[in-house]
Amino acid sequence: MTPHVLTRSLDRSATIFLVVVAALGVLIPLSNLLMPAGSALQVPTYLVALFGKYACYAILALSIDLIWGYCGILSLGHGAFFALGGYAMGMYLMRQIGSRGVYGNPILPDFMVFLNYPSLPWYWYGFDMFWFAAVMVLVVPGLLAFCFGWLAFRSRVTGVYLSIITQAMTYALLLAFFRNDFGFGGNNGLTDFKDILGFNVQADGTRAALFALSCLALILTFLICRAVVTSKLGKVLIAIRDAESRTRFLGYRVESYKLFVFTLSACMAGVAGALYVPQVGIINPSEFAPGNSIEAVIWVAVGGRGTLVGAALGAVVVNYAKTFFTSGPLAPYWLFMLGALFILVTLLLPKGIVGTFNAWRESRKATEAANAESAALEDGVGEPKPAE
Amino acid sequence: MSANFLDRFRAVLLAILFAACFAVPALAGPFEDAVAKFANDDFSDTDEAIGAVATSGNPLAFPIISALQDGRLSADPDTKKVFVTGADGKIIDAATGAAVDKLPDNAAAVRLNNRLRRAVEAALGGLTLLSPDPAKRIAAAQSVFKSHDENALPVIDGALAKETNKAVKAAFTEARAAILLYKSDATELEKLEAVAVIKARGDQEAMALLTGLGSDLPPNVARAVTTAIASIQSNLQMWSMVQNAWYGLSLGSVLLLAAIGLAITFGVMGVINMAHGEMVMIGAYTTFVVQEVIRTRYPGLFDYSLLIAVPLAFLVAGAIGVLIERGIIRFLYGRPLETLLATWGLSLVLQQAVRTMFGPTNREVGNPSWMSGAFELGQITITYNRLWILCFTLAVFVILLAMLRYTALGLEMRAVTQNRRMAASMGIATSRVDALTFGLGSGIAGIAGVALSQIDNVSPNLGQSYIIDSFMVVVFGGVGNLWGTLVGAFTLGIANKFLEPVAGAVLGKIAILVLIILFIQKRPRGLFALKGRAVEA
Repeated sequence: MTPHVLTRSLDRSATIFLVVVAALGVLIPLSNLLMPAGSALQVPTYLVALFGKYACYAILALSIDLIWGYCGILSLGHGAFFALGGYAMGMYLMRQIGSRGVYGNPILPDFMVFLNYPSLPWYWYGFDMFWFAAVMVLVVPGLLAFCFGWLAFRSRVTGVYLSIITQAMTYALLLAFFRNDFGFGGNNGLTDFKDILGFNVQADGTRAALFALSCLALILTFLICRAVVTSKLGKVLIAIRDAESRTRFLGYRVESYKLFVFTLSACMAGVAGALYVPQVGIINPSEFAPGNSIEAVIWVAVGGRGTLVGAALGAVVVNYAKTFFTSGPLAPYWLFMLGALFILVTLLLPKGIVGTFNAWRESRKATEAANAESAALEDGVGEPKPAE
Repeated sequence: MSANFLDRFRAVLLAILFAACFAVPALAGPFEDAVAKFANDDFSDTDEAIGAVATSGNPLAFPIISALQDGRLSADPDTKKVFVTGADGKIIDAATGAAVDKLPDNAAAVRLNNRLRRAVEAALGGLTLLSPDPAKRIAAAQSVFKSHDENALPVIDGALAKETNKAVKAAFTEARAAILLYKSDATELEKLEAVAVIKARGDQEAMALLTGLGSDLPPNVARAVTTAIASIQSNLQMWSMVQNAWYGLSLGSVLLLAAIGLAITFGVMGVINMAHGEMVMIGAYTTFVVQEVIRTRYPGLFDYSLLIAVPLAFLVAGAIGVLIERGIIRFLYGRPLETLLATWGLSLVLQQAVRTMFGPTNREVGNPSWMSGAFELGQITITYNRLWILCFTLAVFVILLAMLRYTALGLEMRAVTQNRRMAASMGIATSRVDALTFGLGSGIAGIAGVALSQIDNVSPNLGQSYIIDSFMVVVFGGVGNLWGTLVGAFTLGIANKFLEPVAGAVLGKIAILVLIILFIQKRPRGLFALKGRAVEA
């Protein structure tokens, strides 16, 4: 029986990862909803929202690992795709407010009433329907990534140049979304959400469901990434990462492969953003800040690039550290730590946590094998080693 | 506020007058006769007196008329003597200016009615036209130009005849033209001449004056006005172009200053230094520290603070640069993406370190006297700090270019850039050259910080606002070529400033970013690309 495309060649760490995420995705919402409040086994709602945020960050990290770890494209603008997905969802949530806003306008969101918009701008049409918003969550980041990638990869912009222009892209979007007349709420962004699909976004049940959905999305994203990197396509991507010119000379259309994986990755980042917004309750232009995108890259570096599991792990670990330190008395030192993390990981731990662990396990296996071999040699059973 | 100003103005004038009047013995003459008329307590006599005094040219005229306006002019009907009580309470004889101890018992304030009050106002306006200070005369002429009040015409004519200062004369002529243009009984010839004078002035106010004219003009004049408006419009357009170009040059010089250090580290060494902006910030904070020390210890040296700060900032930022290269970057050669991440982390650390040491708020860095102020060139205003920064940037550029070309270090740097292994084989200590090159790039960023502290807020975020722009300049101009950086910086600066009035500041910036992204598609290696095999390595 051939394994299904999504489950093909799931190695041990991938299986453990999937089981853990699935277990958390089921147990945490159950514990939050079924256990009595205040009991030791109950996960408080604020933690559910926090974990939901981590799950979204993990999806973003996976999307970055897919292109950076497997194709060598370092995007410093993935925060832009994340934020665009978030805005698409935010627009749906804004339209759901209806006449419950401060100004009570049934069509126009509050900020538009405040800014004297005569009518709804055309690009807000359709966002009152969930399916349309859900499609846009994929289409808008995907389309931007497609156009951007088409231009960039076709003219062979690679390496740091690509990184810098992706950074310029997110910076340009940051400036644009800060403008009031751009029609997305200016620097206040979109907030004050009430309902999602008729459920109150503040309610415990909705939060638990959103968390479970985020875990599901994380699992699906992971499976898709696995499917891509273990397929023949994935092999070509790795070849591009390691020797782009050689791959091209072997007859592969390098730019098409890159474009596909870049667009796919942008869609994933968009989904992460869309799940993130209802859980944190706000989306504003600061999500486009170049710093955010670079921070997401360091999650991947910490966890280990080119490992997928490591990327998700890195996102959770770094963000947990961030939550822990920025809420305590050590808050002024958090940026020192984050900065040091960037430096130390690149200098001392270039493979990240998971990569280093894998390397260590393999070297131990190799030593064990060598030991066994030399033991066998001493017994006079094995073949003699060829001369070095 | 204006009343306050007027009082002070009068006080100053009075002070001048005292000095003048004690020196020159007063003689009985038309002025004295006119002054005496104030004592008649007759409205028409007072009116005549106002006219006569105002046109007398006597330095006492202004205090007399202004005292009259404020009810501080009193007269003794018996002796026909008139007295001015100054705003400070001092009393002088209006005819001679001699100080008087106290007013006579029967002295009464000279009375005014509404018609006279208007005459007083007109006379006062005219009197500033006769002020001894040319700047005040010009200001008065400007206000007449704007008000084009017919009543001022005789005064202007009188003043114009006596005027010797060229600039003031021109201002008077323009004011006169403005009056004639709006005067209903002026001849057609006079009006045509007036239009010509105003057309020659050619600024926004001239435009406003001409467009404000009614439609009841003689056809010849109307035609002249239309052509004059067109010519002023094109003139203004030309000046706004010049202004945009100047702003563009100014922005370009700032971009160049911020990017030139990057052109060395990124362009020559191929190292992505995301902490470059923080080197700029460190330079700015060095300036702040230098100024603090000067303020507390040697206040006299304040004008030299920047001269002291420039070498210090170079050394501080350069030393930090060398440390960064030795401590971090040298382990990451050949891994540009990792270098990018590590230096980004470094920038976070440096920012937070400065925030901890100096606080998160803006620090005040003062302008030395030779950096503050502005001068006018045609229709545009040029501030000295922007001009100095432009000169400074070009000087830094030339020095750097010369350094790369004529010094041993420059030669070694170029050799290492072109072929590292060959350079090493020739006995060049490449790692030392790397450290020094990085230090040089950082040091120049520090110098940039000194200059930018003069026009920007000195805060821990100073560097961040320049880093993306600097990278855009280097990428646009082409890596590994200082000329490319120069052209790139000025092109982007000027393009930005020409787009701004059309699209607005933010959209202009976005448009520039998009254009650069598109430009990179066409020429992935920038305007001035290095050619050859070394590029692909």
